[in-house]
Amino acid sequence: MGSVDRPRPAKKTAKSRRNSASANEPEFVQLLTPEGQRRSHPDYDVKFTDEEYRGLYRDLVVTRELDAQGTALQRQGQLGLWPSLLGQEAAQIGSGRALKPQDTVFPAYRELGVQWCRGLDIISAFSLFRGVDLGGRDVAADRFNMYEIVIASQTLHAAGYAMGVAKDGAVGGDDGEAVIVYHGDGATAEGDFNEALVWAGVFNAPLVFFCQNNQYAISEPNTRQFRVPPYKRAEGFGLPGVRVDGNDVLASYAVTKAALDRARAGEGPSLIEAFTYRMQPHTTSDDATRYRDEAELDYWKAKDPILRYRSWLEAESLADADYFAAVDADAAAEVRELRQRVMDLPDPDVTEMFDALYAQAPAPLLEERAEAVAFRASLDEGSES
Amino acid sequence: MATMTMIKALNAGLRRVLEEDDKALIMGEDVGRLGGVFRVTDSLQKDFGAERVIDTPLAESGIIGTAIGLALRGYRPICEIQFDGFVYPAFDQLVSQLAKMPNRSGGRVRLPVVVRIPYGGGIGAIEHHSESPEAYFAHTAGLKVVTCADPADAYWMIRQAAASDDPVIFFEPKRRYHAKAEVDTTEAPLGLHDARVVRSGTAATLIAYGPTVDVALNAAAAAAEEGLELEVVDLRSLSPIDWEPLEASLRKTGRAIVVHEAPGTLGMGSEIAARLSERCFYSLEAPVLRVTGYDVPYPASRLEDDYLPNLDRVLDAVDRSLEY
Repeated sequence: MGSVDRPRPAKKTAKSRRNSASANEPEFVQLLTPEGQRRSHPDYDVKFTDEEYRGLYRDLVVTRELDAQGTALQRQGQLGLWPSLLGQEAAQIGSGRALKPQDTVFPAYRELGVQWCRGLDIISAFSLFRGVDLGGRDVAADRFNMYEIVIASQTLHAAGYAMGVAKDGAVGGDDGEAVIVYHGDGATAEGDFNEALVWAGVFNAPLVFFCQNNQYAISEPNTRQFRVPPYKRAEGFGLPGVRVDGNDVLASYAVTKAALDRARAGEGPSLIEAFTYRMQPHTTSDDATRYRDEAELDYWKAKDPILRYRSWLEAESLADADYFAAVDADAAAEVRELRQRVMDLPDPDVTEMFDALYAQAPAPLLEERAEAVAFRASLDEGSES
Repeated sequence: MATMTMIKALNAGLRRVLEEDDKALIMGEDVGRLGGVFRVTDSLQKDFGAERVIDTPLAESGIIGTAIGLALRGYRPICEIQFDGFVYPAFDQLVSQLAKMPNRSGGRVRLPVVVRIPYGGGIGAIEHHSESPEAYFAHTAGLKVVTCADPADAYWMIRQAAASDDPVIFFEPKRRYHAKAEVDTTEAPLGLHDARVVRSGTAATLIAYGPTVDVALNAAAAAAEEGLELEVVDLRSLSPIDWEPLEASLRKTGRAIVVHEAPGTLGMGSEIAARLSERCFYSLEAPVLRVTGYDVPYPASRLEDDYLPNLDRVLDAVDRSLEY
């Protein structure tokens, strides 16, 4: 498995001591170290106003708290399932904030942070996992597609959509449209992902593949998905690939912005591997203690995306205790509102399973619908008497 | 009225679609320069350009998956799967995405995608080139499934399928590709999902679709020589099924035989037999019988005459029905 450069929990060697604190990090673009030190990179940089720097912190914290509420709601029986993004906030906020309004997102099912960045109502994520609907949203208006549960399916949808963007002549210049598709390390083993790379390359589609490599596809580590890391695979498809520290919000932003700008200018697709870690189990149904240990969690805890960013903001005097307290209060208010809205989601009517399926519903289906409605009504009458 | 083969009729229908709707696209393996392995898309790329008639990479899941993406962008893709037996790599995108995404969206998304699939046997082909996988798709809610049996239906049904806002799986009976008939291009004779009585009779009803309509008509002609008038119904639409004409025919004849190339177990004939038994029980003089392919993989081509429903097997079933 020699060519998969997955970091091991820190074991000091002569080589790592020579190369300082980040020695056992893989090679990636990093602008902010786990200790909160700013680093420069020859190809990537960010330039934000103070307000924007603070805004990123707020996004990170609010997203983490909303996500934690998802886990809490599941534990309390209010959601059937919740796939936590804990640990992946920087990858999602950094890339999400790099999007322009005209860009289009194809998410997987863990992209609450990206959805938040788009300024969209996040209730659809919760209605999906509460089971009151299937996650339907106005994808055309939102430019943010539905969550996709089948691994890697959305990569092809994104490739086709991006082909359409190019056909429409909507690429070229700063106002060009770009498309981004989110997927995980597990998706890179799927056929659809590889076909999407072929398509995007052959048709020069304005598409950015954003791989959140959170180290696990449920229980299976990277070594079970690939021998060559995803960012290196891109080259074989004729795409540039870059790996970024996915726990570094600034680097995630810079790398994504460059890839999106490249796509919107008509220069074609690219692939980003955001190297990060899923701090929670795969979902609330998973038991991660069966396949990873405390030492590994501690190793990644030290790389927490929010702590390092907060340290840096403090060191640069970009934010003070009052600001951090205000963000915490904001997040708590968001969580309270979300919680109430989730509890208030109405149960669907029996007709809803029939009515959205076809533009023109066939007669046999309408007969079934009428039967289901009548049967339900007969039960309700029975229970009332 | 023009006389044309089914291939020419499909080509003419697709040409009209491309002319009338600039969002319509044709995509698939070899559909461009080559005009498709059966030449159904012959010269369309030359006339409409490579941006609208797209030679795709050789990956069926990719064809359907990117067609979904193009549809999300407002395009109306018409995909070609080169042969029946090559549709399976696209099965996930067809069943989990194309069929379900509009429903998932709560009706906010429509996917006007047509998937053309040449299907069926009788052409002496090698493995994977003679299959009849229609039941998989008819079993899948969210897809509409149709099949043409003659050039006129080919011309009109492909246009109607392209106009549908719901996904349509369009099965083309490849052994009927070269059969010629007159096509009236002025007015569609029927809707996309209408069944049609193609021969009127009283003794029993033969229910067929696609390649077996011709088999059923030949059987009816042979029976007529012996004084037996068989009714033949062309299903045309496999999902939804147009039950009215089937039920009306069965109420008249009291006997029905379903004929298809696909294996019998859980094929279209199973659903038709079950449904007609539920709906027309008191009109039945005999159980609904099925004449189908056997429950084996499509055989080596030297055996396909034994596998495929033919005139003799159909007439044998008619005899059995009449004996009840």
